[in-house]
Amino acid sequence: MSVQSTAPVVAGGGMVRPVGFLTDIATVARRSVRSLLREPEAMAPALIIPTFFFIVNIGALESFVERNPGIDYRAFQIPVAIIFAVTGISRASVLVIDIQSGYLDRMLVTPVRRTTLLLGLMVADIVLAVALSLVVIAMGLVFGVRFGTGLLGILVFLALAVAWSLAFTGFPYTVALRTGNPAAVNSSFLIFFPFAFLTPAYLPRELMTGWMQNVAAWNPVTYLLEGMRSLLSQGWDGAALGKGAAAIGGLAVVTFVMAFRSLARRVATG
Amino acid sequence: MPPAARNGDLNPAIEAQGLVRTFGDKRAVDGVELRVEAGEIYGFLGPNGAGKSTTVRMLCTLLKPTAGRAAVAGHDVEASPGDVRIRIGVALQDAALDERQTGREILDLQARLYGLSAADRAASIERAVDLADIGDAMDDRVKTYSGGMRRRLDLAAALIHGPEVLFLDEPTTGLDPVSRTQVWEEVRRLNRELGVTVFLTTQYLEEADALADRVAIIDGGRIVEEGRPTDLKRAVGADVIVVDLPPEAIAPAAAVAETVPEVDAVTQGRRGITIATADGAATVGSVAVALSAAGLHPRSLTVRTPSLDDVFLLATGYRMSTVDPTAEAGAGAGLGRAGAAAP
Repeated sequence: MSVQSTAPVVAGGGMVRPVGFLTDIATVARRSVRSLLREPEAMAPALIIPTFFFIVNIGALESFVERNPGIDYRAFQIPVAIIFAVTGISRASVLVIDIQSGYLDRMLVTPVRRTTLLLGLMVADIVLAVALSLVVIAMGLVFGVRFGTGLLGILVFLALAVAWSLAFTGFPYTVALRTGNPAAVNSSFLIFFPFAFLTPAYLPRELMTGWMQNVAAWNPVTYLLEGMRSLLSQGWDGAALGKGAAAIGGLAVVTFVMAFRSLARRVATG
Repeated sequence: MPPAARNGDLNPAIEAQGLVRTFGDKRAVDGVELRVEAGEIYGFLGPNGAGKSTTVRMLCTLLKPTAGRAAVAGHDVEASPGDVRIRIGVALQDAALDERQTGREILDLQARLYGLSAADRAASIERAVDLADIGDAMDDRVKTYSGGMRRRLDLAAALIHGPEVLFLDEPTTGLDPVSRTQVWEEVRRLNRELGVTVFLTTQYLEEADALADRVAIIDGGRIVEEGRPTDLKRAVGADVIVVDLPPEAIAPAAAVAETVPEVDAVTQGRRGITIATADGAATVGSVAVALSAAGLHPRSLTVRTPSLDDVFLLATGYRMSTVDPTAEAGAGAGLGRAGAAAP
């Protein structure tokens, strides 16, 4: 072995080039979508739970609730089924494994932009949310649910579901980045319950008990459900859709600030 | 600082001044000074918890120094981490790889993160596939790989973009002797053929001895000795006499040994004393006679050439506590074991 260099070495022999922001996202997303496609079985609970609740709720409550004029209970339940399917899905379990195994460090010694490490995972979340939503919408169509707003309504419906799903991923990502602990990430699922059930999931707000009405009025999912339902029954209702979108946006601001702050803290070199 | 020389002729590959890192009250790295020239294989030797990995993490831009400064490939790790990152390759402890991807996918991801063009990517991945020597398993998921295959893939991934400086944090810990030798061969070849500067941490004396042009011994966050392995060993003495003793006899035996004229230095250990001398064969008799005259009865007396462990003992006052998996069973901390290589 010689102390003297025998051949000049340039960084990458000139191969290394600056990478664009979107390219970094695409690179990270490629891996996370691939890992998603390799575990289709992970989709099973996300489909079984909403299907189960959809059928049970209709079986138990359809004829009772439809005594109130103007309610199509199947259409009423489809947004609930979508929320159950897409709320809480994320690649946070993958992220936490990367933290534990040291693979995240392997990425951090590369020039990759730090924010794309999270944004790339969210691309896979979007893919999964679209797939789950399409399955639930198809189920609704099979059960005779019709969209009063037509195909465009279905697309807006899908967009609301996916945007909600994405906004919610901020919670599990925050837990993953703060704790680096898989058990904590799994239990972050619990936050789903108040969001999903303290809402007009079963009955319209005007039929709910007083205290529950008040709680639901503060739950963003209430406005999401009402916005999505408006696409099915009422035709285009700008106010309902606007409130639904605002609810998603409000939650997204909170969860994304938490998640990206947690990312900054996790990758901080201090 | 002037712009980095392309091949490091002007700047050292790695330079650190007064590097400190504290975690709470603990000073994990406590004033490390480094100067590693381009093209060197530099061994960073120390027991667990000595501060090796913390130093590497600072040099790799993963951890900010609490005090002091460091530059790698001509760029300051704090001021311009991005410039450092594109010039270094890093294989961290425990070969961190995503088990659900194939070897080829891991290499591809790595190449994309460095912005390699499609053509460069294809060529680099082919080179890496050869280097990792994993064959058809390259298209299998990493979870099916053996420890040795993972290390070689990890090494290949670290080299995908042709780094100037390669950091290897305990590259062979936990590997079987055959895989270990394979990794050593690869490191030597990379250094010889590509001129890559290698900064290698290890807790194995043999590894530092076999690979490194220069070695720093780190203990308690400080570099306690530095130099070429041969020089370091020569400084201990031409020969070493290891005297295995019962615990109560160690201190008196050390006092007696020091009175023997041919003895250069005596160090006390947990299982006996180690004597440095110019001529072991000639001195061992005098030592035996002196000990016997003092009523001390060694369990054994062994003459051998000095090892890096002796250098470590002389610098720190204790032997490295790790049990080397390639050592003979029962050889323990290296006491009484024949030196790995003669100077």
